Amino acid sequence: MVRDVSFGQYFPGKSLIHRLDPRAKLLIFIAYIVIIFCTFNFAALAVTTAFTALFLVLSKIPFKFYFKSLKVVIFIVIFTSLLNLFYGSGEALWQWWIFRITWEGIQRAIFVTVRIICLMLASSCLTFTTSPTELTDALERLMRPLKVIHFPVHEIAMMMSLALRFVPTLLEETDKIMQAQKARGADMESGNLVKRVKALIPILIPLFVSAFRRAYDVATAMECRCYRGGAGRTRMKQIHMGPRDVSALVVTALVIAGVILCNIFVTGVF
Amino acid sequence: MNCILELKNVGFVYGRGTPFEKRAVDNVNLTINEGELIGVIGHTGSGKSTLMQMLNGLIRPSDGQVLLGGKDIWAEPKKIREVRFRVGMVFQYPEYQLFEETVYKDICFGPQNRGLSGKELDEAVRKAADFTGLKPELLEKSPFDLSGGEKRRAAIAGVIAMNPEVLVLDEPTAGLDPMGREVLLSQIVRYHKERHNTVLLVSHTMEDVARVADRVLVMNRGRLSMFAPTKEVFSHADELEKSGLKVPQITKIMQDLRRQGFDVPEGVLTVDEAFEVLAPILKKEGKLW
Amino acid sequence: MSFISIQDVFFSYEQAEDGKPVQNAVDGVSLNVEKGEFVAIIGHNGCGKSTLAKHLNAMLLPDSGKVLIDGDDTSLEEKTFDIREKVGLVLQNPDNQLVASIVEEDVAFGPENLGVEPAEIRRRVDEALKAVDMYEYRTHAPFKLSGGQKQRVAIAGILAIQPQCIVLDEPTAMLDPNGREEVISTLLKLNREKKMTVVLITHYMDEAVLADRVVVMDGGKVLTQGTPEEVFSQVELLKKHRLDVPQSAELAYRLKGCGLKIDNIPLTQADCVAMLREAMR
Repeated sequence: MVRDVSFGQYFPGKSLIHRLDPRAKLLIFIAYIVIIFCTFNFAALAVTTAFTALFLVLSKIPFKFYFKSLKVVIFIVIFTSLLNLFYGSGEALWQWWIFRITWEGIQRAIFVTVRIICLMLASSCLTFTTSPTELTDALERLMRPLKVIHFPVHEIAMMMSLALRFVPTLLEETDKIMQAQKARGADMESGNLVKRVKALIPILIPLFVSAFRRAYDVATAMECRCYRGGAGRTRMKQIHMGPRDVSALVVTALVIAGVILCNIFVTGVF
Repeated sequence: MNCILELKNVGFVYGRGTPFEKRAVDNVNLTINEGELIGVIGHTGSGKSTLMQMLNGLIRPSDGQVLLGGKDIWAEPKKIREVRFRVGMVFQYPEYQLFEETVYKDICFGPQNRGLSGKELDEAVRKAADFTGLKPELLEKSPFDLSGGEKRRAAIAGVIAMNPEVLVLDEPTAGLDPMGREVLLSQIVRYHKERHNTVLLVSHTMEDVARVADRVLVMNRGRLSMFAPTKEVFSHADELEKSGLKVPQITKIMQDLRRQGFDVPEGVLTVDEAFEVLAPILKKEGKLW
Repeated sequence: MSFISIQDVFFSYEQAEDGKPVQNAVDGVSLNVEKGEFVAIIGHNGCGKSTLAKHLNAMLLPDSGKVLIDGDDTSLEEKTFDIREKVGLVLQNPDNQLVASIVEEDVAFGPENLGVEPAEIRRRVDEALKAVDMYEYRTHAPFKLSGGQKQRVAIAGILAIQPQCIVLDEPTAMLDPNGREEVISTLLKLNREKKMTVVLITHYMDEAVLADRVVVMDGGKVLTQGTPEEVFSQVELLKKHRLDVPQSAELAYRLKGCGLKIDNIPLTQADCVAMLREAMR
């Protein structure tokens, strides 16, 4: 069950998106979030959707994996779009009891839905095509200037990459512990809130104990493999900003410009 | 003999309807009698763990029925917890389930969930600790201060204390050294003898199964490939090896001798047995005193 | 000079308090390991074998006595990383040794720490993965591998550091029979083909039988050592310390006790069958 989730998984490949410098990908991703929340009309929305479609196709990841990643947010999408649908102001197109649908509500629902879906697809695209190590490497490099103010850039990146590595392991472990406690008659499905929270103790304590034990083991293993902090470390996978990455950044800049232009000319809002 | 557990056409499919669909257990039929000690063997991924978790309702079969004492355990899904008390399940590396302040309290968890209290509870806990060879003075310690082997015993005691009619142990000796393995195994045998309970022992260590089991259940690729008295199962050493299992060295030695025309029986499982067989033959030859 | 030289090492996890005698985890061990040797160290849990293993790459330092690796004293701080480059340590739990989310990136971790050139890291990673037969899995996620495969990746992670010796602390304790076989045959191959020095700590006697030399530890001390034949023919001593012997050796020993003439205690199935055939003819 836990393993079925494809969000956050990495699919090795050689597509254009795979080969982009992870730093470029990270920057584009940040820009993309900004774009998404700056789309104020349908023209701008069309531009971002087209841009999203472009990199999804270029990633050469089968679409079924993208669909699966959407499953995770389906409830949020339905919930927020319904909320927006019924809470628009303006002239009612349809009304029943307390429910009112307005043209503005429909518009807002569409925007919210498309935004969430696009955001989910983009973040899936990032994790599908970029290994966690590449991602944390990129983060480390991008944050390097912060070292000047003694910000522990390497340590944070290393912690993130270890956390990403151990998420599936800990999920599996949680599952095992839950089964074991259920076998001892632990009741997690019934009772009021207090009872349910209490029922978590037999799961959380073993999980913490095991996480600490693992952390100790991992530290030992890292030391055995000559780890001594970030100084003097090299990387197997070198990251280079090449013409390809610059082009990708330029394309993203153009999309931002396009969105802004749409906003200005169609609705007059910036 | 009274039949305690019966499986009728039991099957299980993971992720039905998704691209990851995988049939873990396929059409298993079997009956287990009260008071039997059954060895369960099979390669990793053979479906034996899934099968075991279906016995106490942790996994609901996709097809077929699991009958406990003649009743379908899923007849009333709301009462499935009751089944978990009657079929006690000790998972692999069970020490990771310990969570209470003291060993005593931790062993109490299962029986308390079952509704035991007062003197009855105390008795169940102390008896369970005794069965697993846990010294009484350890009961007031924190489970996290125990040694690895002691933690294992405490965890097993936590399941035994629920007084289950059937006890399922998944690889109880995994990771223990030979001495720890030996002691734990003899404790399980003692428990079985004194309680006359049904015990299912899942193990990779075929030597252990060979020594203690009445009957052996072999799983291979989700199917029940053999379920017969221990001797009979181990006389099919080649078949077992083909399904990814390791047969005791002594069994293979005796089998080789038999193949080469010596008059030794099939399915010799222990060194003692081999010695009993070989000594008279060698004596006749005048090689022994 | 031996590659590894352990000289009268004592070590305790406890702090010495006045009046109270401390329990030594390693209690006066002297042992040498030559280059290219395959040594198995066996004994119960808590006999000190794992503690000893951690002394071989300066993870622990002796309270008294010395450990020399290729002539370097492990207690010299400036030598610590040289020593860890020469002696790699593989631990018991395969899950907790893999630090990256992709197999090849994990194997690269060691050489990256040493500051090796990227192209050279790539070469070492590929070579190490091929040596443990995991090259096809280089882009997989570790958590989807079997126990045996994970442990082989952990071994590759050490090989990529290019050590001269690899020490394994019960690498098979958490594996199923197939996983155990994968790991052990990988170790044998490394020892035979690449002349890698291997120190295998285990409590499985069938693994120890494959070594050039077996060291038996109990209570922090070396109980006995020698070739597998020499060690496992001391059935009585091993039984007294409640250690296992291979079933073939036990059978032979019991028959010998009843008067059967046996030159060498058989350790393998084939040897035992040959011995019995000889006897029954």
